[in-house]
Amino acid sequence: MTAVLSPPAVEVPAPDRRYNRQRRLAWIGKHSIAIALGIMFVTPVVYLVLLSLMTSDQALTADYWPNSWHPENYVRVFEVTPLPHYLLNTVIYAVSSTVLVLLSSVPAAYALAKLKFRGRNGLFLLVICVMMLPPQVVTVPLYLMWARYGLTGSLAPLIIPALFGDAFCIFLLRQFLLTIPSEYLDAARVDGCGEWRTLLRVVLPMARPGIAAAGLFQFFYCWNDYYGPLLYTSENESSWTLSLGLASFHSVHHVDWNLVTAATVLAMAPLIIIFFFAQRAFVQGITLTGFKG
Amino acid sequence: MTAKPLGVRVRKGATTFSFLAPALIGIAVFFLYPLGSAVYFSFTKFDLLSVPEWVGLDNYRRMADDPFLLQSIRNTLWMVVVFVPVRIIGAIGLSMLLTQLKRGAGFFRTVFYLPALVPPVAATIAFVYLLKPGTGPVNHFLEMIGIEGPLWFNSPAWAKPSLVLLGLWAIGDLMVIFLAAVLGVPASLYEAAELDGANAWQRFRSITLPTIQPVVLFAAVTGVIYTLQYFDQAAVAGSIASGQATVGGGISSNFGFPEGSTFTYPLWLYTVGFRYSALGYANALAIGLFVVALGVTLILLRRAKAFTGEES
Repeated sequence: MTAVLSPPAVEVPAPDRRYNRQRRLAWIGKHSIAIALGIMFVTPVVYLVLLSLMTSDQALTADYWPNSWHPENYVRVFEVTPLPHYLLNTVIYAVSSTVLVLLSSVPAAYALAKLKFRGRNGLFLLVICVMMLPPQVVTVPLYLMWARYGLTGSLAPLIIPALFGDAFCIFLLRQFLLTIPSEYLDAARVDGCGEWRTLLRVVLPMARPGIAAAGLFQFFYCWNDYYGPLLYTSENESSWTLSLGLASFHSVHHVDWNLVTAATVLAMAPLIIIFFFAQRAFVQGITLTGFKG
Repeated sequence: MTAKPLGVRVRKGATTFSFLAPALIGIAVFFLYPLGSAVYFSFTKFDLLSVPEWVGLDNYRRMADDPFLLQSIRNTLWMVVVFVPVRIIGAIGLSMLLTQLKRGAGFFRTVFYLPALVPPVAATIAFVYLLKPGTGPVNHFLEMIGIEGPLWFNSPAWAKPSLVLLGLWAIGDLMVIFLAAVLGVPASLYEAAELDGANAWQRFRSITLPTIQPVVLFAAVTGVIYTLQYFDQAAVAGSIASGQATVGGGISSNFGFPEGSTFTYPLWLYTVGFRYSALGYANALAIGLFVVALGVTLILLRRAKAFTGEES
């Protein structure tokens, strides 16, 4: 990512001192803007963390610095709310969905990127349509379908579709697989590998960054998903996920802002930690979703 | 295709199919089938307990004089017209700034990106607290510099702008896409322009912008699609700002708070379908959304070649 990071150095010889001073002023100006914006971007999270460390009384005031520090709020929120339960459901949903989506999407992406067959372009356009169209379009028939099998109120309607690929994941993986030179695949085929063996032995090891990015996106999507759990699990609180729980905490604990914010911080913390470990795969993945400029 | 033995071709076809089978089933069962059902249901009337009864175009006629629908369309249009361009301009601005920084560009990129990771529900809660009219730090700060802050999420006029602020805060994904595009502009073009005496703004106008123009189109189309399905933040902001949030049973009682100003099209669709159980009408609304979204998508697909990055 260093290539993306470092701006192209445009060195223009500075003819005189006034020009130099102008440059320095511009340098200061740009960095000041960056610092001011940086503070604005960080403030909401910092404020949330500070609020979560206050007493519940102080959290209701306009203060933003805790009079006394209460890290035990993070223990209490586990005791007085169903947070452990929400967390478990969220982990089940996000992990199983991510694993299944990758298993079902990688072969499809490989076929779309590297195999020649009739209707390939048409199929790819269909995948893009599925990816682009708002999920709300098919919400009601899907809900009725799951209700017919008695699966609403559980996590099943959220996880089972992952067995059958995900349009965005297929799209992203295909874009990545296109960057792998076909010569490697031809070499494997000449050595007598079948297509599946070629995929498993040759393509998978080379596609690891793309697969990591696709997996991260799916995991984050599930972790953050609000519409899906609201639709399918709101009728049964034992299936609620973090997003759903957080949105409703407020009604039950509306005077305990310190606890609501502690739960909110806990909901975002795993994502930020994962991001710092996987930043490279992540940024590369986002870049792949944009199209060639 | 030159003549290959039939057996080989069949076997090759079978292998290809084995790669695609899960995805094909997925598209058929979870997209094409429900889409077809939605079209059929949109001509019927039923609820969770009754059987669909054919009513012809009744649902579509009903759309013509539904005040809530009109309000939700107005709100969604407002978001499309304001939210999408503001986010694109913001993302281009941030990525241009990052390329100008001689030091700490990586650090600032991470800082600007981080809010995009915050779950939408968590981010919305954070913003409702930040912008609380009485006790929020933003209005407190504004008061210090002598400005009387608005009521933000509690004011019909400011609720949508508050959502735009929230969207600007979580701009990271878009910024990274633009950053890659901006850095992809050949440095030689800038050098030539600088020798010609072009100032920074002229260089941006005549070099950067034309070069990244396809990415702007991509961002505009995906932004409109995103805004058409804008649900989570509007739903959560409305219920939390109203101070009496209920999910679960009484789901949508606070949708659109205050005074319907955050009541977007998807919220109305959800309310009609899952609160009023007017499933036929909800499907008609869904088809309306489908037609608009498809139209917008086609704009992008007309540029499919750039989008799909075909090898050949």
